[in-house]
Amino acid sequence: STQTRALKYSSLRSTGLRVGQVLLPGDQFFCEAEETLSLSATARRDTAVCGPGLRRSGDRVLVCVGGLLRHKAPNVFWVQSHSKRYVPAKGECVIGIVTAKSGDVFKVDVGASELASLSYLSFEGATKRNRPNVQVGDLVYAQFLVANKDMEPELVCIDGAGRANGLGVFGSGGLMVKVSLGLVRRLLAPGSELMADLSGLFPSEMVLGLNGRVWVKSSSVQQTLILSNLLQSCETLSPDQRRALFHRVKQGTL
Amino acid sequence: MRNGPVPVPGPVIGDHWCRGLTLVLFQFMQRGLDAETKKQLEEDERRIISDEHWYLDLPELKTKENLIAEEKSIVPCEDLRYGRVSFMGFNPEVEKLMAVMNPKEETEEDEEEEDFRKMQTDVTDEDMALRYESLVSSMKKKFAKKRERAAIDEDLNQNVTSTKRVFLKPQD
Repeated sequence: STQTRALKYSSLRSTGLRVGQVLLPGDQFFCEAEETLSLSATARRDTAVCGPGLRRSGDRVLVCVGGLLRHKAPNVFWVQSHSKRYVPAKGECVIGIVTAKSGDVFKVDVGASELASLSYLSFEGATKRNRPNVQVGDLVYAQFLVANKDMEPELVCIDGAGRANGLGVFGSGGLMVKVSLGLVRRLLAPGSELMADLSGLFPSEMVLGLNGRVWVKSSSVQQTLILSNLLQSCETLSPDQRRALFHRVKQGTL
Repeated sequence: MRNGPVPVPGPVIGDHWCRGLTLVLFQFMQRGLDAETKKQLEEDERRIISDEHWYLDLPELKTKENLIAEEKSIVPCEDLRYGRVSFMGFNPEVEKLMAVMNPKEETEEDEEEEDFRKMQTDVTDEDMALRYESLVSSMKKKFAKKRERAAIDEDLNQNVTSTKRVFLKPQD
């Protein structure tokens, strides 16, 4: 059916791609159709950057997830898709659950197809003698050092300079909820209205993993629960509905 | 009369010398030739090894200019912010971290820093002015011409003499 789809869309393709257009797996992405892309007019024919959802195969670029074509000046293209399943990507920060200790690595569940490994030496200030205090069941905020389709993903809790910078074990007294990957991206987008609305409710703290896990903590259990419920309901609310709901929460009627 | 070797006439010396030279040259060339052949042999050997020993029977791979770079992560595409946030001063440590990790806020901080620096330089300028105010007289002296300087000195001396205390003889 993919082939028939590709044939069906080939007429569309010949007219060129538009930013914001729906793409399906198997579609071919044309970099040559630059004159039809409004923002890339200024870009020279130098390297185009293919973000997630676009895969290079030979000298063609194929779409590998369904979604909307997005573009950022000068030459970055990616496919924005709705998904709940996380696929590890190098450099992304995720919330993992430590599921096993085996020798010098921890096995961490990040919600991907495979458990990721996290070396005990990749914590700030850890040495061979000085092991970090990580127990099974702990939450860790970690960054992917190795993430490709052929190898076991590997996490680290330090940056290149050996600093933790907020990475590491966290999560005493908070609540972790699972939301879609798209919602986390919406929350983390620069100038996000959703984040601004959330920030005005209670004094609270959040940790957002790009794997769709969000950890919330506030000064009381009730507030933490309210926040986590609001977060989960934000998934389907329109901006107006959201504002109304948040207003009611602020007034304390909910 | 003379016991010893008979002096050798000139031409013979030349001949001897020439023969010696040719010998040396010959030897040198021989050696050189030897080295050259050796080198050539080595090269031949190497070529044989490189050509036949490690030859892969594959179609030629053409290296094309790569116009497409792949980026697996969405973070640089959408400019996503760092995933640790704290609101209304709930966790001051994290709020500090937010300022460090999010580049936008970082620039704001930079501007603040710049302002601070500017302010600091303003203060130091004032300080400098105050400092130089007290140095004016000594600087004046330094830049004065010889006669003027003498005048200044005289002035000073006069002042000194005028204020100089004189021993007053006590009256009997």
